[in-house]
Amino acid sequence: MKTELGNLGNDGLLRPLKQGDNFSRLDFRRTVKNRVMLGLLGLASLVAILPLLFILYYVIHRGIAGLSIRFFTQLPKPVGETGGGLGNAVLGTLILVGLGSIIGVPVGVASGVYLAEYRRSKYANVLRSAVELLAGVPSIILGIFAYALIVVPMKGFSALAGSIALAVILIPTVAKTTEEVLKLVPDHIREAGLALGLPRWKVILRIVVYGSRSGILTGVMLGVARISGESAPLLFTALNSQYWPHGLLNPISSLPVQIYTYAISPFDEWTQLAWTGSMVLVLFVLVANLSMRALIYQKGSGGKTK
Amino acid sequence: MRNRAANLGDRRFQRTLMALSGSVVSVLGLIAVYLVKLSWPAIREFGLPFFWSTDWDPVKDHFGAGAFIFGTVTSSFLALLIAVPLSISVALFLTELAPRKIAALVAFMVEMLAAIPSVVYGLWGIFFLAPLLRLHVQPFLSRHFGWVFLFQGPPYGIGMFAAALILAIMVTPTITAICREVFRAVPETQREAALGLGATKWETIQLAVVKSSWSGIFGASILGLGRALGETMAVTMLIGNRNEISASLFAPGQTMASVIANEYAEAESSTHIAALAYVGLALFIVSFVTNFIARRIVLRLQGGASR
Repeated sequence: MKTELGNLGNDGLLRPLKQGDNFSRLDFRRTVKNRVMLGLLGLASLVAILPLLFILYYVIHRGIAGLSIRFFTQLPKPVGETGGGLGNAVLGTLILVGLGSIIGVPVGVASGVYLAEYRRSKYANVLRSAVELLAGVPSIILGIFAYALIVVPMKGFSALAGSIALAVILIPTVAKTTEEVLKLVPDHIREAGLALGLPRWKVILRIVVYGSRSGILTGVMLGVARISGESAPLLFTALNSQYWPHGLLNPISSLPVQIYTYAISPFDEWTQLAWTGSMVLVLFVLVANLSMRALIYQKGSGGKTK
Repeated sequence: MRNRAANLGDRRFQRTLMALSGSVVSVLGLIAVYLVKLSWPAIREFGLPFFWSTDWDPVKDHFGAGAFIFGTVTSSFLALLIAVPLSISVALFLTELAPRKIAALVAFMVEMLAAIPSVVYGLWGIFFLAPLLRLHVQPFLSRHFGWVFLFQGPPYGIGMFAAALILAIMVTPTITAICREVFRAVPETQREAALGLGATKWETIQLAVVKSSWSGIFGASILGLGRALGETMAVTMLIGNRNEISASLFAPGQTMASVIANEYAEAESSTHIAALAYVGLALFIVSFVTNFIARRIVLRLQGGASR
């Protein structure tokens, strides 16, 4: 490594010594600087996690006040009337996310399996780039894509368009986690299967994929948690609705879009619904992430003891 | 015979996987095609001057995206200005200083920041961050730094400053994660060499870790930039949505993503839709290129580390 060693600051770790250098003072300054800078690094970490604590506190503190059965079972009430819930939005999110997963999960898992099991092939490299780049496309752009693909030819906003946008967001997430989970399977397990005379596809499906099913499932959960919080791609595909969902070809309500609408509304009843909706979303995301974490931890420590 | 059957099964299996995953590749192409198709009327009518004209007038059907590009660039760079030093520090804390258990906890919490839905950031921003800025931070800044044009004007709370702050929080996990990988890839011998020369811990971090990681930090920042450019909901809820360019950070603005979120569903004329799709096309290209560059940098580093 070419480093200009002499250039490290004025109190120069490695500057040539001069006559009359006061070593104890030099060392003192370096020690103080060391302490201060390391302290700053710790402080920065504290600052970085502070927003999370604030958000969790606020979302739970303000959301829990509106949590009741009617939140999940009732339609929102018009302005001025008290009560009401976001039942239609909860159901709408379930439908959108469910349909999105049905479309997106097979593609995502297949891509992940290909990336892990045929990782040296040329197509795998193309696919890997495509997955990465698709993951980087802003979700609102995927909304425009679903709009052009479904809303324009079918002449209307629909749940179907929304779930296709969500599926496209889900695919790269699932593909990447599947790939990572399958890469954890050591090669000698594949070799053992092949040595028994099993064809490669059976080794992949019955041994590698089957053995990693809980990991793949958690990856899917993580992706599902992510798309259930997406609102940008739904704004002009699934739109929004004040009624219960009816059919896949009509506009449909969803939790994130309702939160957005109610967050910028001036009515207390509605902002309360927005907070409670946020709490439901955040808790779902938290649980999905924690279970992924627990699984990796289990796998990691299990491997070590063996 | 058995062998051939097995081969056939293998080939079929691989083909099935390729067919399914092929849709990923084709979706990427289709996005580009559809964006061009939707925005074609606007491309023909407004051409390239679209990107520096600031006249966005749905009533007269005349459109220019200059103000939004300004908003996107300003908010993203401000966000990086905050998030990059913060993320480098957090990553250094995690790799160089923290005991394993604390590091795992802090890393998990930073990762959780990335998992919180954008709309929840927006809600929190409206009810917590914006009032905090309006009542405390912005009056303080204009009292002490009011002579700088950036901190002039009435403190609304909601505006460019709030949007940049929330973006900074949202991109920190991305940049931290990559920086962490980069710092971890620095060989341990390099640290030992610095320590052996009598360097303090901080000098070791400077000399052995950060100095050889600049290109990785750069790649991480570009990746964060890509996220910031396309972030929609939280920004839409906090930036104030005014189609203007202001010198002051306290003033409301608009980004490319937020104008699409605000106007797309309600756009009446076909030119308006086309103009919004044109903004989307520009955003797609910019984030595509950004991600491509970042990926190249990070990949090269990973390749170098494993060799």
